[in-house]
Amino acid sequence: MSDKFDVAIVGAGPSGSAAALTLAKAGLSVVVFERGEFPGSKNMFGGVLYTPILEKLVPNFWEEAPLERHIVKRRFGLFSEFSEAAFEFRCEDFNQKPPFNQSFSALRAQFDPWLAKKAEDAGALIIPETVVDDLLWKDGKVIGVKARREGGEIEADVVILADGVNSFLAKKSGLRKDFTWNVLAVAAKEIIALPRGTIEDRFGLEGDEGLAMECFGDVVAGTVGAGFIYTNKETLSVGVACSINAFIDKKIVPNDLLERFKNHPSIRRLIRGGETLEYAGHMIPEGGHKQVPEVISDGLLLVGDAAHFVNASFYHEGTNLAMASGLFAAETIIEAKKKDDFSQRGLKGYLKKLEESFVLKDLKKYRQVEDWAHKNGRFFKEYPDLMLDVLKDYFTVSETPKSVIQQNIVKKLRSQLKPLRTLVELNRFRKSFFSS
Amino acid sequence: MNIAVCIKQVPATESKIRPSADGKDIDRTGLSFVVNPYDEFGLEEALKIKEQVGKGTVTVISIGEDKTIEALRTCLAVGADQAIHIKDPALSGSDTHAIALVLTAALQKENYDIIFFGKQAIDNDSGAVGIHVAELMNLPHVAVINKLEVSPDDKKAVAHRQIEGGTEVINIDLPAIFTCQKELNVPRYASLPGIMKAKQKPMTIYSLNDLNIATDAVGAEKAMITLDQLSPPEKRTAGTALEGNAGEAVTALVRLLHEEAKIF
Repeated sequence: MSDKFDVAIVGAGPSGSAAALTLAKAGLSVVVFERGEFPGSKNMFGGVLYTPILEKLVPNFWEEAPLERHIVKRRFGLFSEFSEAAFEFRCEDFNQKPPFNQSFSALRAQFDPWLAKKAEDAGALIIPETVVDDLLWKDGKVIGVKARREGGEIEADVVILADGVNSFLAKKSGLRKDFTWNVLAVAAKEIIALPRGTIEDRFGLEGDEGLAMECFGDVVAGTVGAGFIYTNKETLSVGVACSINAFIDKKIVPNDLLERFKNHPSIRRLIRGGETLEYAGHMIPEGGHKQVPEVISDGLLLVGDAAHFVNASFYHEGTNLAMASGLFAAETIIEAKKKDDFSQRGLKGYLKKLEESFVLKDLKKYRQVEDWAHKNGRFFKEYPDLMLDVLKDYFTVSETPKSVIQQNIVKKLRSQLKPLRTLVELNRFRKSFFSS
Repeated sequence: MNIAVCIKQVPATESKIRPSADGKDIDRTGLSFVVNPYDEFGLEEALKIKEQVGKGTVTVISIGEDKTIEALRTCLAVGADQAIHIKDPALSGSDTHAIALVLTAALQKENYDIIFFGKQAIDNDSGAVGIHVAELMNLPHVAVINKLEVSPDDKKAVAHRQIEGGTEVINIDLPAIFTCQKELNVPRYASLPGIMKAKQKPMTIYSLNDLNIATDAVGAEKAMITLDQLSPPEKRTAGTALEGNAGEAVTALVRLLHEEAKIF
């Protein structure tokens, strides 16, 4: 074996493995370093995987990938301390045949090793339990990596950094700056086991149908963030994800917030009797478009969370963007190899592919969401509380004539809402989420 | 100097072990697996001896399903020269006797000067197979060694073992079998070139047929010992805090020790 590889990849998560698989299939020599005991052992996501890119990487993936349930139902709930109002969408079209609606619940400890194995089977060399401490440089160009093992210096034409949100190497390379608190979220999550039948009965599912539900308001202490439950076959992914700022402001730790979520009267009944199998916590790069660093340097590409590719809007989409960026990076390198030009200029096609795809288009579209959320905290606390209070008044049965109830509601709304401010805020909401 | 190291793939030490539904095995879902830590001392000792002697081969041998190959490859990455993977569906449910029979057959295919085992595997903790193989191969053995010195002519060795209140020093002729205790050495980590070369190193796969063992000589049917029941430790109940001043608390404690715990 020659000591030099075409490509060295740091991180065997979805972006790294997507790149490794694509490169290895094209006949390039690829080595992938994974710091965890096995690919996926250090990784976490909420629980729903969008799969359009996966289908490109592995046609008919649904026949072999370790997926849990296909999502047919989405639910968004607003919570006050004792009430809940929810919007639920279920569509039978999402329940016809694979790949259904390209969205599946999954567990990273199973999915990531599977995708890494696909890359390995295609010829990539995957080396787990190995931390990469540094990049190797020559004349201002990246020429390899230095792994934390004896004889750990490995040369490669291109290095792909797929080492996640807290990519120290991206920072060392100078591509990414230090974070500020408001661009990161923290998620805490438990995997809770329940019998299959219980899950299906409680969530109104049949067979392998799945539900993705997200909860806002008091369940997460009115913070900029959400609680979530995603149904797996015999477990639930139950967690909270909130901006680090919110945790600091509210002086609350993620674990306590998760307990608060689990103990809300509306949530408690859904997880009752379940056994917690795993607990995990992770950072999420939610800074959006403006936080995306330079992703190309001489001999170096950034993919996935390391490049801050997470769409934190309603879609909570990260893994799909990760796989897309891995695929694009690999395609770019395959092109660059033909000309033997791995300079920044030779690799610039990567950025073009990102810009022309949903990856940067979506991040651009939702570029204001993060700012909006931080400047409009009322949408996470005061407005849900008021709305649920009003709904409670409306539905409370008594001898009070309905006309009086309605008048009281209008009075309450008038006293608590400042119409102009509310209109301005609603308009900002519209602009952040629905303008292009 | 030809050295064999028999290894077993076991659940990682930090795993949360739970019995399977029928109580006859452990539930393997979601567990991660490692090379039995005591076997790693054997591998390290083998590599050290080979380096010291300056020639020879270190062979790692394991019995197990397909997944076992990961453990063998780990040993190759650390520095073993070749691996033997024995797998056969008929081996399912085998007891330690059958495992020893099979390993003996594999070991007898070559001439090894030293054969290492861990003192026990941390899953079943039976600690039987190494000694059992020594008996079947009619070789001398020293169990639970924490120091080993091989003579310059490769013919003899001095093994040390910890006994209560002291150390036993044993002279032994090679070939011989040793089972390893943790003070023996500090196992090395795999180097990066080692990991990359591991895939190219020879991996021989034997079935029972290759070892001339009849499939009905092993397995659950032939087991002389069978596992009846596996159960988790009883859950500890919450402690009791005794109220009152020191005198009252001591009185209450003595009463509880006498009446509830019944220790006197």
